[in-house]
Amino acid sequence: MDRVLNFLASPAMKIVLLAAGILFPLVASSEYQIYVMALAFIWAIAVYGLNIITGYCGQLNLAHGGFFAIGAYAVGLLTVDYGWAFWPAFIAAGVIGAVLGFLVGIVSLRLKEHYFAIFTLCVGFIIYLLIEKWEELTHGTLGVISIAPPEGFGLVDFTETIPFYYLVLFFLVLAIWLISRISRSLVGRTFLAIRISDDLAQSLGINLMRNKVLAFVLSTTYAGLAGALLAGVVRFIGPDLAEITHTFDVITYLLVGGIGTLMGPLVGTLLITWITQAVQSFEEYRMIVFGPLLVVLVIFMPRGIVGTFLTWRGRRLASKAPAKQSASRVENKNSEEAGTHG
Amino acid sequence: MAEQPLLKISNLTKRFGGLAAVNDVSVTFEAGKINAIIGPNGAGKTTFFNLVAGAMPPSDGTIEFQGMDVTGMSPDRIARLGIARTFQTTMLFEQSTVLDNLIVGHRLRTQSRLWDVIINSKRLRDEEKKCRARAAEVLDFVGLSHLANRFILDISQEERKRVAFALAMATDPELVLLDEPAGGINPEETENLASLIRKMVRHGISVCLIEHKMDMIMSLADKIMVLDHGEKIAEGTPEQIKNDPVVIEAYLGSDEDVEA
Amino acid sequence: MDVFLQQALNGLTLGSIYGLVALGLTLVYGILHVPNFAHGALYMVGAYVSYFIMVEHGLNYWVAMAGAGVVVAVLSVLCERLVFHPLRHAPPIHDKIAAIGILLFLEAVVQMHWGADFRRMPTPYTEIFHFGSLTLPAQRLLIIVGAFSLMGALHLYLKKTMTGSTIIAMAQNREGAFLVGIDANRVAMMTFAIAGFLAAVGATLFAPINLVYPAMGHLVIMKAFVIIILGGMGSIPGAIVGGLIIGFAEALGGYYLSGTYKDLIAFVLLVAILSIKPTGLFTKGVR
Repeated sequence: MDRVLNFLASPAMKIVLLAAGILFPLVASSEYQIYVMALAFIWAIAVYGLNIITGYCGQLNLAHGGFFAIGAYAVGLLTVDYGWAFWPAFIAAGVIGAVLGFLVGIVSLRLKEHYFAIFTLCVGFIIYLLIEKWEELTHGTLGVISIAPPEGFGLVDFTETIPFYYLVLFFLVLAIWLISRISRSLVGRTFLAIRISDDLAQSLGINLMRNKVLAFVLSTTYAGLAGALLAGVVRFIGPDLAEITHTFDVITYLLVGGIGTLMGPLVGTLLITWITQAVQSFEEYRMIVFGPLLVVLVIFMPRGIVGTFLTWRGRRLASKAPAKQSASRVENKNSEEAGTHG
Repeated sequence: MAEQPLLKISNLTKRFGGLAAVNDVSVTFEAGKINAIIGPNGAGKTTFFNLVAGAMPPSDGTIEFQGMDVTGMSPDRIARLGIARTFQTTMLFEQSTVLDNLIVGHRLRTQSRLWDVIINSKRLRDEEKKCRARAAEVLDFVGLSHLANRFILDISQEERKRVAFALAMATDPELVLLDEPAGGINPEETENLASLIRKMVRHGISVCLIEHKMDMIMSLADKIMVLDHGEKIAEGTPEQIKNDPVVIEAYLGSDEDVEA
Repeated sequence: MDVFLQQALNGLTLGSIYGLVALGLTLVYGILHVPNFAHGALYMVGAYVSYFIMVEHGLNYWVAMAGAGVVVAVLSVLCERLVFHPLRHAPPIHDKIAAIGILLFLEAVVQMHWGADFRRMPTPYTEIFHFGSLTLPAQRLLIIVGAFSLMGALHLYLKKTMTGSTIIAMAQNREGAFLVGIDANRVAMMTFAIAGFLAAVGATLFAPINLVYPAMGHLVIMKAFVIIILGGMGSIPGAIVGGLIIGFAEALGGYYLSGTYKDLIAFVLLVAILSIKPTGLFTKGVR
């Protein structure tokens, strides 16, 4: 039993997951499945972004879907209206996400708890309204069509599903790698202290504003880049992409998987994506299940699947540890998974 | 020349709307001593702490720490100057281990930024080692090394208080503000906590605490300041305070018992 | 000048509906410190219940309004009992997410039963009054009179009854009210019931000059949040005054500035206010 638990939380497990990701197109029964998986990976990247500000730093950001849409529109408009190639537009989407995140962040992050959530809810709505109404810039309700796909420079063709799948997988791995670095570093611990309480963090000499803005900019950059990837694969986007529903979807993925955990965003996104796929015509009415699910989760299982597992395993290990154990011996064991504790 | 006081408070006032929560309080606290602040509920004790720690700006008056004017400074800067604090309710991350909770305590003595994390710089690795070592050290200091690997969820109220002390200690403070450290724990544990506070002072850390448990205060404190309705009504040694008619009056006026 | 007066009248209509919705939101916030994101969904459900009673069952408009008020009040109390009460000691992020869960659920249920189409709810009062060059359709008059009568009734209830004054006491000081032995559960349930009732009646008043559709609560709830931030979270007069300010700003701004962007006005106002004063306007001192 313990061996299974330890394996699930070990670095080897991550290699197994990566291998599964690489082999998936070989075992998938149709190209459609590969396409669905690639989309799920893109959303997972967005969920990782939300996890930084909401999971690690504890600030409920309800504009996340808006920043995702901004990234998608950046690529859409730059390639269609301004003739840019995909990759420069992709980078621009990340930069735009970061810059707008910074601007919104320095205003909104001075606000506490409820005010921040309400403020970002309104920011998300402003983004939606602007995308829908500012026709000269965004094509309004018509949306943006025939967006340029990522260039493969004659080596690969990213309009094909399988190469695109691997491209997205690459970015997903990169995204997770960076988050795992951050979450177990002093920077990530700083975010966690802020989540416990603003007052506590400040009493530990942490500059709230600087760290919150950093977390927010990281999260909007993730959202922007994820949106840019989506534009590169679906190649048609409309204002509905900025609807608040997408923010709620992303929150659901995060909560189911495990808010503030390293693997939670991936687990939650994949699980819900495939359940939604499995139940025919579930898509439209998914919220009948997801709505109550969110409520039940925050009441009974607020740390989601991964968080609950980690807490359970951690307590189990601690209770079995010898009563007298020096802090230095504990140290090595902890360094392995400090990131997943958060 | 007389030695500089550790903390010099002059005419400190905090008004909320028309109400003065702290009113014209002047007091000095010496280094290496245990200073206590007592007073009935709502006397402004926690507000006083909040002002000293920079959590809220005073309406009037000045705060000097080691001869430096820190009035109106942000709480994180004050923490870096060497004032640490604990809160009435201990705030810790429940689903994490004791040691993991403490590592961030030394963050304020480090420089690493996001870029260090991305490239995994030597500076970051060194600083993380330093924070980890400091966490282990303070945990040892409060006598909880054996719980390093336990989840906060699974430790007792008194142990949590000790972890909160350790977290404050990890910031390398000159002065620690303790807000009701003995709240919600039994008499025997209170005695243990008192000896931990004495140990902190022996190691060169000055202490300032708010407490309701009078027997603890009377045996522990070098100096006591009494607040009532935001005003300082007395200060002195435990012996002087015990016999001060003004203090007895203030306590009899409320429901609390000075002899408790 | 006439155009101005006409727009001011429209602003008054809008503002009284916003005020009703914001009142419920601010009461709930005052008591539980929950920003109830599901409040807009309750408003939407109120409109559908009225539609169901009046259009699908052919009953009287007033019966529909009373029915919607009762149904949504019960629904609102259920939310308090089943969701917010168990979460009262949880970290602050949890109750917000739970509120979003309720919102998603209610919208999905309504959409499953009625579809996403826009529906029109007729009014029995189709006269149009003329005052000089001003025109005032009867339904708009009904909105203004109805909303302000309700606000008046609420005021009387809060001032003159025992439960009402405990609601006020609790909104001002939760711990203090608890100490003097107020039955906090009963007060919380009552507050949610009132909030739900106000939202449903507001929706029934407004529906005939607007449309009924599953997402109709989104804009309203966001504006209601803007209003209670403007007026001070938990403040009752603030919600009414704030509602009127936003109503006028939208009606006048929509006419004189830009019809396309009139829905932005409230949010731009919010961003401006919070940028200057992070705790909102008219907030009392800390604690």
